[in-house]
Amino acid sequence: MKRATLILVPYLWLLVLFLAPFLIVLKISLSDAALAIPPYTPTLKDGIGALIAELDFENFIFLTEDDLYWKAYLSSLRIAVISTLLTLLVGYPIAYGMARAPDEWRATLMMLVILPFWTSFLIRVYAWMGILSNEGLLNQLLIWLGLINDPLTILNTNTAVYIGIVYTYLPFMILPIYAALDRLDSSLDEAAQDLGCTRMQAFWLVTIPLSRNGIVAGSFLVFIPALGEFVIPSLLGGSGTLMIGKVLWEEFFNNRDWPVASAVAVILLLILVIPIVLFQRNQQKQQEAEQ
Amino acid sequence: MKRMSWFNVTSLTLGFAFLYLPMLVLIFYSFNASKLVTVWAGFSTRWYGELLQNEAFLDAAWVTLKVAVISSSIATVLGTMAAYVLVRGGRFLGRTLFSGMIYAPLVMPEVITGLSLLLLFIGIGLDRGVLTIVLAHTTFSMCYVSVVVSSRLVSFDRSLEEAALDLGSTPFEAFRLVTLPIIAPAVISGWLLAFTLSLDDLVIASFTAGPAATTLPIKIFSAVRLGVSPEINALSTIMILIVTVGVVTASLVSKRNALRAQNEVQAAERAAA
Repeated sequence: MKRATLILVPYLWLLVLFLAPFLIVLKISLSDAALAIPPYTPTLKDGIGALIAELDFENFIFLTEDDLYWKAYLSSLRIAVISTLLTLLVGYPIAYGMARAPDEWRATLMMLVILPFWTSFLIRVYAWMGILSNEGLLNQLLIWLGLINDPLTILNTNTAVYIGIVYTYLPFMILPIYAALDRLDSSLDEAAQDLGCTRMQAFWLVTIPLSRNGIVAGSFLVFIPALGEFVIPSLLGGSGTLMIGKVLWEEFFNNRDWPVASAVAVILLLILVIPIVLFQRNQQKQQEAEQ
Repeated sequence: MKRMSWFNVTSLTLGFAFLYLPMLVLIFYSFNASKLVTVWAGFSTRWYGELLQNEAFLDAAWVTLKVAVISSSIATVLGTMAAYVLVRGGRFLGRTLFSGMIYAPLVMPEVITGLSLLLLFIGIGLDRGVLTIVLAHTTFSMCYVSVVVSSRLVSFDRSLEEAALDLGSTPFEAFRLVTLPIIAPAVISGWLLAFTLSLDDLVIASFTAGPAATTLPIKIFSAVRLGVSPEINALSTIMILIVTVGVVTASLVSKRNALRAQNEVQAAERAAA
């Protein structure tokens, strides 16, 4: 196979099916909604000059005027941040326990963390619907224990969304932290304790800083997909759960307002650029440190 | 053997209980005789029987499987090519753009990928159906394949390829006879990853599927939006079972291969000594 073919085939594929569609979104976000199929006025037919003349930022201005969108972006950010922190709180002890487990267990523990990752995402979210509902298992258990008298409303609230995100993205948090802790020399921790640190102090002053890269990588791996999440808020969240992925979906499928949906997508990407660049920088730093 | 502290044992137990209990509950209730999912009314395989009668689900399962096999196979070829180009291709015009396009889909929210592909398909007048889902799935999963394969390519000794070239093989022969067997495990895991991603995808398929073709996740999603149903529990149980068997087998096979390779190395060392 010629080198040129080798380069051109995947290159062209991505140009046509990744870059071009993206430019179309950008273009449509700058055009008017029309009651037609496709429901927007194409702006390319009269050439570039006419295209530029016709561009308008109406959809973006609309997004700033209607506070639904602002609230949705802010609430997505808040939900993504809180659930990333919760995932870290849940994931760190598990990764720590794995790194301290006997060697012969590690391969099995590793497989147990990876297995849910291969299992259908949709099914894992769905599993919580039966547990969190008013007649669900959790409420039955709490009533049986006598802790509550009336069932708690958890399904269709933000709490359920947090649980769903923590549950589905937990492996993404555990694996990089485990990798960082696994490389860590345990004699450093012992040295700190010999020099008079309590176990807690040694943990905060030695283990946590040395596993920083894993924490940062895991947090981004949870935060980035959580921000644009659609399935979890639409199955576990309620009508009050505002997340931008859900707004985009509804704008497109229910309101059929393609230009506004496209503008929502463009702004979501602009917000995501910052964490993505930070994540890449963290990964690069880590690679350089290893060499 | 070092003893684990109570804290570590507790955190592992609670952590894995959290990861696995929801799925076990789901499996348990799939054998419930009652239509009410939360009330236990005795053991029954009734829902599995009804599932096999449900033609809409069976059709969707068939479409999903077809899409997953075709798209993951194309994605594996394209992704391996892309990985080879990125690791071995040297410099070429637009390399930065190329590697950007390989990594971007990994972090792109699914709603955006789905929306943009749909707008492209409508723009070029392609009817939505199996073909459009295959194109969409191939595009995002080839990037995952290429990341998996390139990590293997980076770590392997280039002089082996050069030796084959010196001994008179053409570049393609060197690739087929030397490089491919070495990167084969990564290519296979890339294919598996692409396959499961395709099986599992709801969002991108919802945008790119037409009335002519519905995939299983789309069917499941529209069913569970209305609430929990025992039939979906049965379907989920079957899917969880298939994945578990697959993952456990794959890890056992790779463990055995690693052991065998280790034994061969040891035997060779003994022979040399």
